[in-house]
Amino acid sequence: MTGAPLPLTAPGPPPTVVERWRALRRESRADRVYRAVLTAVAWLLPALLLVIAAELVTGAWPALKTFGLRFLTRSIWDPVASEFGVLPLIAGTLYVSAVAMLIAVPLALGIAIFLTEFAPRRLRAPVATLVELLAAIPSVIYGLWGIFVLIPVLRDTVWPLVRPALHWLPFFQGAFYGPSVLAAGVILAIMVLPYVAAVSREVLLAVPAAQREAALALGATRWEAVWTVILPYGRAGIFGAVILGLGRALGETMAVTMLIGNRHEIGLSLVQPGYTIAAAIANEFAEAVTATHLSALVLAGLVLFAITVVINAAARWLIWRVAKGSAAGSAAL
Amino acid sequence: MRRRRLGRRIVGAAMTGATYGAAAVALVPLFAILGMLVVKGAGSLDLNFFIKASVPLGETGGGFAHAIVGTLIMVALAAAIGVPVGVGAGIYLAESGGAKAATIVRFVADTLNGIPSIVIGIFAWTWIVRPTGRFSAWAGGIALACILAPIVARTTEEMVRLVPNSLREAALALGYPRWRTSLQVVVRTALPGIVTGCLVALARVAGETAPLLFTALGSLYLSTDVNRAMAALPLQIYSYAVGPYDEWHRQAWAGALVLILLVLALGIVARLVTHRKAYG
Repeated sequence: MTGAPLPLTAPGPPPTVVERWRALRRESRADRVYRAVLTAVAWLLPALLLVIAAELVTGAWPALKTFGLRFLTRSIWDPVASEFGVLPLIAGTLYVSAVAMLIAVPLALGIAIFLTEFAPRRLRAPVATLVELLAAIPSVIYGLWGIFVLIPVLRDTVWPLVRPALHWLPFFQGAFYGPSVLAAGVILAIMVLPYVAAVSREVLLAVPAAQREAALALGATRWEAVWTVILPYGRAGIFGAVILGLGRALGETMAVTMLIGNRHEIGLSLVQPGYTIAAAIANEFAEAVTATHLSALVLAGLVLFAITVVINAAARWLIWRVAKGSAAGSAAL
Repeated sequence: MRRRRLGRRIVGAAMTGATYGAAAVALVPLFAILGMLVVKGAGSLDLNFFIKASVPLGETGGGFAHAIVGTLIMVALAAAIGVPVGVGAGIYLAESGGAKAATIVRFVADTLNGIPSIVIGIFAWTWIVRPTGRFSAWAGGIALACILAPIVARTTEEMVRLVPNSLREAALALGYPRWRTSLQVVVRTALPGIVTGCLVALARVAGETAPLLFTALGSLYLSTDVNRAMAALPLQIYSYAVGPYDEWHRQAWAGALVLILLVLALGIVARLVTHRKAYG
């Protein structure tokens, strides 16, 4: 509110006008109470983040003290001997997520371009809704479908077809029993697809129409306008969308736990079982007996927490740079 | 020249086709999953499924009543805690504009949204389960509330922001104090949108499994005691799906069908609420 006199022309006794003017200019006590309550409630969120971080550090402290930084670089995971290191878990998490992103990103970008550039107008809203519906399916249902539909299809139909052509590659060594990096990666790809697509679409929508029109006016085909002008313009934001999807993939728990096969080893083969940080926590936490084992799992959770916080911050920053000020990414929630 | 132009047009057509293909490929798993849920789940849905708790293997007539009740209780707990905090924070974010404090809260809300739900589960365990010494529905509900609140905050903010500023100015010009302007004019106008956001967020937490694994733990008995371990639909689906018995798998599919119907029902109600706003 500025202090400029307001053009109040309504008839009435002068005190009323003064009162109205005051109401505009100054906060009453009730206003201050209202604002204080809202502020207090809103700051519960930062408080929650701090409490989460503090609880994780406290819970992880015994393991942190025992293992130190070796925790990150060792490959041993032996609850009986109380020796723990998360290197295979970190490697597995990154590997599965990379596989998922490799599948999901081209598809998601294609969908975003389809929805903003090529789709007939009447198809846009329904297709966008259907793709978003993928994000509404609970993780445990993806896992269930993965166990009883995806794995049998991959194992009995796809694998016999492609094995002769691919079995010499390091990525396809060994027997394929079902639970594997590949199965988990494919499910994960389906799960992050709607997030990457929705944010990319928002970024592409934020590209000024003049950019597109200029390219078309210079004689570019519709595709050339997309490839040479629109995508480069939104590059940072699309990168942000991909990283946001990566953040989701790294922390996804249930579907991966049900499909990855739980093997504490580093391996390149996609058809062999692997393990991720989230899956190890989900599998072992409720059954962990010793204090060290529990603490090691909390420490693994702290590592996951740190990775996802950094990745999310980077993604938000990139998206914010493109769609300045707008609440980027939130539509994908 | 002409040949080059033809080449460019072919590339354009091919890539346009590829984007159509990408959209089609993405929809295959959607329909495959929904179709499979109906095919495999519908046959096992009968009255017993909704009114009986789990029975030992070998006996017939068991159901998921305990899990359905558990999910409803914990989602209600989460809503009771998470919705007020989320809506309050959302109003704060929208009403304090570009203030620096609001920027921090907004960033924190996004950060909380990005934290894996399993990490929230660990947090609820160290914060509640370990000190109280037992798994409880409380711990599960609070874990879900921690996921719910930041989502609700961000959707509420967006909905409140959509209210035109002229409405706010009009109310202030009529002599409304600020708090009444905010609550009775701005928030009231945005209310259908806020309700929609809350329902969508509730649908999401209703399907969460990871934060309940070591907070509510799961149970095979019908219970409404929030101080004890409690079953939940996603937990029961998980433990039956990874179990070795066909009978369990059959029930897991049926449970999954119920869960997705619950999630979709919340989503449809959410859409109806906003729809009424647009034409009301």
